[in-house]
Amino acid sequence: MSTALKKARKLESPPRGGLATMVEAIRAGIWEEMERDPTVFLIGEDVGVYGGAFKVTEGIIDHFGKERVIDTPISEAAIVGAACGAALMGMKPVAEFQFIDFISCGFDLLTNYAAKCRYRWGANIPAVFRGPCGSGVRSGPFHSLNAESFFLNTAGLKIVEPSTAYDAKGLIKAAIRDPDPVLYFEHKKLYRLPRLREELPEADYIVEIGKARVARAGRDVSVFTFGAQVLTALDAAEELEKEGLDVEVIDLRTLAPLDKESILASVRKTSRALILHEASLTGGIGGEIAAIISAEAFEWLDAPVVRVASIDTPVPYSPPLEDYYLPQVKDVVDAARKLAAY
Amino acid sequence: MVEKAKNENRKGGPRRRRPGFEMRISTKYAPRKFAEGQPRSCITGSSLTEGQMLELYRYLKLTRLVEERIVNLYRQTKVVGGVYRSLGQEATAVGSAYALRPDDFITPIIRDLGSVFVKGIRPREIFAQYMAKAWGPSGGKDLNVHFGYMDKGFIGPISHLGDMIPVMTGILLGARMQKKDIVGLAYIGDGGASTGAFYEGMNFAAVQRLPLVVIVESNHYAYSTPTNMQTAVRNLAEKAAAFGIPGYIVDGNDVIACYEVTKQAIKHARAGQGAVLIEAKTYRRKGHAEHDDQRYVPEGEIEYWEKENDPIDRFERFLLEQKVATKEKLDEITADVMREIDEDSEWAESSPMPEPETAVYGVFDNSIVPPAFRPQVLES
Repeated sequence: MSTALKKARKLESPPRGGLATMVEAIRAGIWEEMERDPTVFLIGEDVGVYGGAFKVTEGIIDHFGKERVIDTPISEAAIVGAACGAALMGMKPVAEFQFIDFISCGFDLLTNYAAKCRYRWGANIPAVFRGPCGSGVRSGPFHSLNAESFFLNTAGLKIVEPSTAYDAKGLIKAAIRDPDPVLYFEHKKLYRLPRLREELPEADYIVEIGKARVARAGRDVSVFTFGAQVLTALDAAEELEKEGLDVEVIDLRTLAPLDKESILASVRKTSRALILHEASLTGGIGGEIAAIISAEAFEWLDAPVVRVASIDTPVPYSPPLEDYYLPQVKDVVDAARKLAAY
Repeated sequence: MVEKAKNENRKGGPRRRRPGFEMRISTKYAPRKFAEGQPRSCITGSSLTEGQMLELYRYLKLTRLVEERIVNLYRQTKVVGGVYRSLGQEATAVGSAYALRPDDFITPIIRDLGSVFVKGIRPREIFAQYMAKAWGPSGGKDLNVHFGYMDKGFIGPISHLGDMIPVMTGILLGARMQKKDIVGLAYIGDGGASTGAFYEGMNFAAVQRLPLVVIVESNHYAYSTPTNMQTAVRNLAEKAAAFGIPGYIVDGNDVIACYEVTKQAIKHARAGQGAVLIEAKTYRRKGHAEHDDQRYVPEGEIEYWEKENDPIDRFERFLLEQKVATKEKLDEITADVMREIDEDSEWAESSPMPEPETAVYGVFDNSIVPPAFRPQVLES
């Protein structure tokens, strides 16, 4: 019985290409990179036999063995530190935080060690630090974090967050191949969202780090966003289209270093900028983007830059509270209307 | 019936129970009591050759005299940052690092300059680092021993104590995947052993049975905080019990004992038996850095250690007693060390300061990402 179960559980290699959800795309990306490069390995809590809390690494240990899929104690400092050390030796670790909230336990080693090694003594750390982020899934104050702004002020860390299955696969592959430390944030609400299932190419591809994407072209208002909020923005754009407002949605994809050129190009086109993010408003990435636009595209603006973000509280648990906390389609629609009418 | 099925599901049958708890602390090399009036020396019966002993002597003198030169440069305001001395505890770093093979790795802390020299780093690099010069290994971007050479197995520390324990664990994890037979030697202080990173790194290394040897230098003070306000254990080696690994206590001011105990620990680690914790009992005779007035030290304590338990005095006495060398031979080594220091400090002083614009390079791989730049709006 148990043997049969085990056999059933042992998964075949993920298909190259084909229809995939975001979680399948990430898993396929990791798998392909592990096949391509024997120095790629996984390290984290419960990433082995259990396959990770969200099953991103499911079956990988069966195929690649426990040498390359390392289960750790509950020790984020050890995970980050060990990933850094192994990376110095020329390995390519992909370290998982079970939830991105726990990245705070590895913050010191990420910001002081991983981020600064190349600058201090020319030693690069080609490591990926990934994990599920984001709210909207009723997980409360400790399993819902969007952590990007903790790291934006640290030179030496690249930060990416995909919003499509195609980008998820292309970005994880680019992150693994990148010679510097990359934080790869995966919005947990998107993992298995049927809406995001899409046909992936069979051929090997990457999505270049540092490049934003036009998720929807438009003439009247630019919405700059990323992760799950791309869907909020697209839904809002669809509603506004009925009113004759043509909204452009820019999916940033990389949060550090920001794709300034794409941001400025869109502002120059629409002259109205709305920044939308899921982390709290104060100190969020929106302020940085607004400052870039004000400093470098001021002459093109027809209205003040507007930010729509979560309120300045921890992420609450109860659905009515969490929905109030998070930006909703209606908030984006209202803000865009005001912007257009300014 | 149900029980049986449960056991069948478990690979290898019922889990083996580990033997009962056992505190494994070796005190073979711990400080010995010396009779009143009998000056301290070093342990006998070492496997070191006479040539190796003289090499150890050279490293000890090099460490002390380089630090003295750095203090001189500091007083001439040629050193930009703080100066951290290992005065009185040089034997721990030198003796332990000397037990390594060239391909093994070390990660020292600030008071382990001796181990950095044993790893083949030259005094000129240290002088240039302290003076923030362009020719220093970090090009002026970081201080003192905060740099590294992967090819020499030297990973410099960062100021956040404890962090290097998990990093060294990763070095060894990577080496194991690459089928490299290397041992990692990491240093920490009585203060650093209070950090979470220290515990997490030690625990993970122990679980993975990695060949990690950690030396806790118990030197009485972490900045101004005495060890009894740092930990409730009597001997820091007792912390080994928390990780299920053996602990050793060594006289940190006996360079031969430090060599021998580390050699034994390395043998244990290299044989695949896992990590080892060594507590070296020593004393920090200088303050945390040069500016520190040491008002927290009881009167007479420093003088006692200086007079009765200086590691270099002890080793000199040993070398003369054992007829390993004559006084003339030791003076000759010292003169040779001084020549090297003069030459290297001159070299470092002749180095230019870094060009200001080099500050923007090296955050990322600049072949892929352009270097950071000052916002143009401020410059126009």
